[in-house]
Order: sequence, then structure tokens, then C-alpha cells
Amino acid sequence: MAQPAPIVRMRGIGKQFPGVVALDGVDFRLLPGEVHALMGENGAGKSTLIKVLTGVYGIDAGSIELEGRPVAFSGPLEAQRAGISTVYQEVNLCTNLSVAENVFIGREPRRLGRIRWREMRRRAAALMARLEIDVDVTAPLSSYSLAVQQMVAIARAVDVDAKVLILDEPTSSLDAGEVAQLFRIMRRLKGEGIAILFVSHFLDQVYEIADRMTVLRNGRLVGEYRTAELPQVELVAKMIGRELADLERLEERPPAREGAPLLEARELGRAGAIEPFTLTIRRGEVVGLAGLLGSGRTEAARLLFGADRAGTGTLTVDGRQVALRTPRAAVRHKIAFCSENRRAEGLIPGLTVRENLILALQAARGWTRPLSRRRQEELVGRYVAALNIRPADPDQLIENLSGGNQQKVMLARWLILQPRLLILDEPTRGIDVGAKAEIQRLVAELSDDGMAVLFISAELEEVLRLSHRVGVLRDRRLVAALDNDDELTTEALMETIASGGRA
Amino acid sequence: MTGTVPLARRITGHRLFWPAVVLAGLLLLNLALTDGFFSVEIKDGHLYGSLVDIARFGAPLILVALGMTLVIATGGIDLSVGSVVAISGALACLSISGLEDQNSVTGVLTAVGLALGLALVLGAWNGMLVAVAGIQPIVATLILMVAGRGLAQLITDGQIITINSAPYKLIGGGYWLTLPFGVLIAALLLALTAFLTRRLALGLLIEAVGGNAEAGRLSGVNARGLLITVYAFCALCAGIAGLMISSNVSSADGNNAGLWIELDAILAVVIGGTALTGGRFSLGGTILGALIIQTLTTTIYTIGVPPETTLLFKALVVTVVCLLQSPAFRARAFHRRRRPAATPAPADEKVEVRA
Repeated sequence: MAQPAPIVRMRGIGKQFPGVVALDGVDFRLLPGEVHALMGENGAGKSTLIKVLTGVYGIDAGSIELEGRPVAFSGPLEAQRAGISTVYQEVNLCTNLSVAENVFIGREPRRLGRIRWREMRRRAAALMARLEIDVDVTAPLSSYSLAVQQMVAIARAVDVDAKVLILDEPTSSLDAGEVAQLFRIMRRLKGEGIAILFVSHFLDQVYEIADRMTVLRNGRLVGEYRTAELPQVELVAKMIGRELADLERLEERPPAREGAPLLEARELGRAGAIEPFTLTIRRGEVVGLAGLLGSGRTEAARLLFGADRAGTGTLTVDGRQVALRTPRAAVRHKIAFCSENRRAEGLIPGLTVRENLILALQAARGWTRPLSRRRQEELVGRYVAALNIRPADPDQLIENLSGGNQQKVMLARWLILQPRLLILDEPTRGIDVGAKAEIQRLVAELSDDGMAVLFISAELEEVLRLSHRVGVLRDRRLVAALDNDDELTTEALMETIASGGRA
Repeated sequence: MTGTVPLARRITGHRLFWPAVVLAGLLLLNLALTDGFFSVEIKDGHLYGSLVDIARFGAPLILVALGMTLVIATGGIDLSVGSVVAISGALACLSISGLEDQNSVTGVLTAVGLALGLALVLGAWNGMLVAVAGIQPIVATLILMVAGRGLAQLITDGQIITINSAPYKLIGGGYWLTLPFGVLIAALLLALTAFLTRRLALGLLIEAVGGNAEAGRLSGVNARGLLITVYAFCALCAGIAGLMISSNVSSADGNNAGLWIELDAILAVVIGGTALTGGRFSLGGTILGALIIQTLTTTIYTIGVPPETTLLFKALVVTVVCLLQSPAFRARAFHRRRRPAATPAPADEKVEVRA
């Protein structure tokens, strides 16, 4: 099969940030009518390459061609006009505006300077119908789940006359059905000759949809491959640059814990968020929470941390009844919570890695008892090394780190406190294979040292690999709490989620 | 890597570089227009000179701007400081005017204590409205901005209270160890603020709440207590400034004392590079900003700008400072000629909201 001329060709791309070489001599090409996956660990340069292509950043070296002509976009808007549309990892829409407004923002249908609202709504509804997204286009975007918001972002991107569609981690917050829907759309667009650049950490998805892939590592090009010719294990080895032997899965399932109950929730609930549930977490025990997106996993965790106030039920820690009205109260009982929404609920922009890292400890001590600079540096140095945070510069601004490394900083913020119960909400979402394995190993080690962990993840394999017991949620209800014995498989878990209880 | 950045670029890249340049420029302009502008001499055991005057008359603004910096760093704003200035001066003068012996030190100290106590209460009230009732800071403090003027006039009974008290006069008009007493107070408060925020951990927690309030809450920061503390501190600073202003003229004017000082203070904070959106703050920047504004006022008098155009002139200079503080503007104005392909690094983009 003769290959058509590439629609995008990048040669020898180089890009530096203060203190970091993000891209170094990277070549990349994108053919029309293909789905091309961009693969690599966090910090490998995937997002930077995309931002360079769409003009968010300028380049320090190399050249970019679109349809054979050299281009240098001054920003995403200019790139979009030239036919390159992007949907970023984190939804960049205005949630206070309606769906229709979001789709047409900046390019509203106008007549004599007036916006034609009716026309806008009609076209938005038609677009949603074409992509089979079931929404009311006049409703504010905030009334829909993150998954639907993501679909709207994609709808917006494909509605402009795109030749190239860039999807940066579009599936990280979608459930299986929504992913299938997205893939259907992607195949249709591909059939229309659009080139799709796809970034995802879900290898299965990449193998399902991508025709070819380009692998990056530490800002350098590893190679370009046909998906069909590169087995998954080899891909992983190329991404992390390690031998396969290092990648062995965590061994057998952990033996069940018999420790004393650390935390017991009895009929704990909150109207509109989660039905009353009863759950016990023992010392050194990893309890997994499984369930679909929106099934109430996060809501349950937030009650245990006092992030939201419980409407019903009681909570006991060490057999004593406590009222966790605020996160501060939970921290006093050595309960820690790492939110799934890093940007909105975790990072403090404008502050350094060091300041972000010591925040929870300093908050617990109060402002009158500062940590000495030396103690800060010692703690930060230890956790930066232990969690392999890159770049290992405590005075780097947090926003200059890649997503995976930011996640590690958030983890370290809580580990410093040496909590007795660590609640991790999707700690491995949007994180590369290497960092994921590191975090999983860490959870196992912490639990061996006696820390209790509540582990929330959409990936059932991960939940099963780590947990001693698994709580299953469905429709904002805890429907089962299962011991992780040999009978419990991903199939059994899925069955429970689907049926709402173990038969 | 940082070691390879040339020294010159490190200096010009410093966020206080441009405000410092503007301040130096204003001072040099004065030097060119007024002979002996920089000369400082000792007369009657006091330091005299134009520079000393700038510091002396700028002291109340520096105080108000210090408190304002912390409030703005939490992502808030305090419009009521001007009213607190008036209230504190009015209460102090009222209480002194009622003394049999206006030169009694105990009487003056009681008056000062009363005034500052009331300022603290008013600040805590602001903080409660913001932190407990959840009212937007601009609205919450607008209440006291308007009502406070009325309160000040109630205290003075609509009149200007004139007093004749030597100990009280010391606060704003006196000298100690050759230095203006007001400047010493401002320096002391600056040192105190720097200690609280940078040696103790108040600064980090304020920046956490201002940078991302929800993340701060989930990290266990007691935002409620923090906000009340910060607003109370801001009002305390304004209260001291009010004592200085009324002491300097030995009278309290509920109508005009501290009028529009909140706007000058906000301006000083912004010129100093603290973003109105909250987060990172710079005390040094705020001092520079306050000094620029005070020098500007002095300059207007020395170069003899006609009174009807002073406001316009002031606005012009402030616009220039703000433009120089904007990385986006600098990139357009300066970089384009030198390196056409240059793009701002991501770190620079984040501070674009400043000024």
C-alpha cells in the first residue's frame, strides 16, 4: 500500500524550558486518514510536542510542515484556523456556559454583529445528534459529568473544519461505553480522511484504535512503529527503556489482614451524594473501591475525610466515635486524602515543589510552628528521591512538572504526615506505566508497614492486585464488600457492578 | 542551569527590577529639578531632607499597603481601610479631647489602645463576613467602607476634633533617635509582618489559600481562622496609619482622613507584583510600590504640575509602571526587535495576570 504524503511533518524539534530540556531532535509525521498514537511516560515530552505543533509554545530548533508548507503558529487559534484542532487532557471549557455556547465560543453564528442564538442551538443540537451525545444543548455544561464535558470538547473540536484532530488523553475520565462511543466517532472521522493524533495511557485502547505509533522517551524520539508489528510488552520496554524483567507484576495477592479495625463507618451517608453505607477498614489493610464513574466512589471517600459533611450515620476511629466536620479534623486523626482532581483540589499554582510538598504538614502544625528550612529540605529531599520526582529540583514551580510528577508530589504531601489511613482517589489515572507501577508498589509497601489504604480506581485489575478487600459501588450505593480471595476475578467484579450484588 | 544565566539578565528578569527602575527614575527627575534633593542634614537633632519627607509622609500608606498585601494574597481585597483610618483617628482624638490633661501619657496610651482595639474588631468583622458568611471580599468590605465613614462622623459628631497633646503628636509628627517616629513604626511593622509571614509559616498558608482555596482546605489549612486573622491585621495596620495621620495634623476629620487611601494601597500592592488573583505576594514589592506613589506625589509638587492636572499626571505614571510590570507588554515592546522568534517561557506566562 503506497503511503500518502504526510499532512504534518515535524523535523528535529527542540524545546527547552528553564532547567528542563523538554524535546530534543524529535521527528514526527502524521498521515491523513490514520489514527496515530503518541506514546511515552509522563515527562517524555508528549504534551510538549502537541503544544509545539499547535503553537502554544514556540520551538527552539527544527521545522514544522503542514501539507508540505512550513508553518509556525502563534497560538492554538491560528492552528485551528489552519485545520489542527485539539482536545486537551483536562477539559478546557467554560462550565458556566451552555453546551451550545461552549461548542461555538469564539465563532458564534452572527448576523450584523448579533449572535444568532436559535441558529447556534440548532447547529449544536444537530452536531450532538450526529455524534450520538445525548445532551440538552441549552443546559449549562456544569450540569453534566466530566465524561460528557469531554465529549462536548471533542464535538467542538471536530465541528471546525479539521484536517488534524489531536486528542490528548481523551479517555482518561470515560467509562467503557463512552470510550466505545468515542472510538466509533474516531473511526468515522478517520474514514473522512482526518488525521487523528491520539495520546492515551491505556495500552488496550491504543491497540484497539491506533494504526501507527510514535514513542518518545525523555524528550527524545525512540521510534515510529506500526501498531500491528509491535507487541505490547516491547512497547512498554521502549517507553520506559528498561528490561522486561524489571516489569514483573506484583506477586501474589496479599494475604488478608486480621488487625484491629482502624476506621468504621456505620450507615454513613449524604443526601444526593451517596446512600448510607457501612464499611470497616483495618490497620494495614488495603480496601479497594470499585465501580463505574459516578457510582459514588469519590463521594464515599470524601465523607471519610470530612471533605463533605455526612448527613447520616456515625464514624468511629480506634473504636471512639468522631465527627469529621472538616478535612482538618480528619488530618488530626491521621487520615489523608489524595484527590482525583489534581488541578482543582491539589496543586497550589505559583508555589514551588517544596512548598506544595510540605503544605499539609505545615497546615497541621499551624502557622506559629514553622518547619525549619533545614527540616523542610531534608523531608523534601527524601521524598523527591523516594518517589523519583523529576526534575529533582525542590525550587521548581509545581506547574512546570509533568502530570505524573505532580501526582507524586501530591502523594508525598500526605506521606510526610505518616497517616494511618491514606485515601487515594484514582492515584494512577493519566499516569504512565512506570510511575503507575511505582505507585502500586508504594501502596503495597505502606500497607506492609501497617498503614491502611483506601484505594479507588477505575481499573479493576489494579484494584484486585492491591486490595485485601473490595467494596463495590453502583448507582451511589455500596452494594457489596468482597474478600479478595481466589474466586474474585475481574469478571466477578464486573458481574457484581453490573448486577448490583454477588449472586 | 541557573548558573549559566548571565548576571545582567538575572537582574533585569527579577520581578522587582522595573518598579525599582521607575522609583530611581522619579528620584533622579527630582534631583534634576531641585538642587540638593538628595541632601540629608541634621537640624535640631532631627534628620531633614526631601528623602526623609518622602519616607515620613509615605509611612501611613506603607502601613495600609502592608496589610492590604496579605489580604490580596488570600485572593481578597479590603476596601474599608480608608474608613478604618478615619475611625481610629477619630476615636483616639475624641478620647484625648475628653482628658483633663491632654499631655497625660497614660491617657494617650488608653486612647491609642481604644482606637486600635476598635480597628481590630472591625477587621475581624470583615474577616467573619468573608470567611464565615462567605460574602465576596469586595462586597463585604464595601459595607464597612461606606458605613465606616458614617461611624467616623458619628464619633466626631460631624465636627473636626482638634487636640493639643504632645505625646500624641509624637506618633505622626515626632522624632526619635533623629528619625521620624512614623517611619520607625512603619519599619517595625514591616519587620513584624516579614517575621510572621516568612520566618513563621503564615505566608505559606496565606499563599496556599489564595492560590487554590479548595486545595488549601483539603490540605487541612484552617482558612477561616486565617482569613479572620489577616483581615484583622489589615485593619490594625490601617488603624495605626489613622493614628499617624490624625497625630500629624493634631485633629480628626471623619470626612477626609484616609480618603481614597485604599486605592493607593491596592495600587502599591499591584505595582509591587502581587497578583490581585491571590497567591504569591511580595512585601518588598509593596514597599517599593508605596514609595513610588509617595515619590510621585512629592514630584508633582516639586515640578509644579498645575493642581488640575495632577490626577492625570499620576495616572500616566502608574500606567507606565503597570505596563512595565506586564511580561506580555515587555515581550511585545522589547523582545520583538531583538529576537523575532522568541516566545515566553511557561513560567512567565503564569505571572501575566499580575499588574
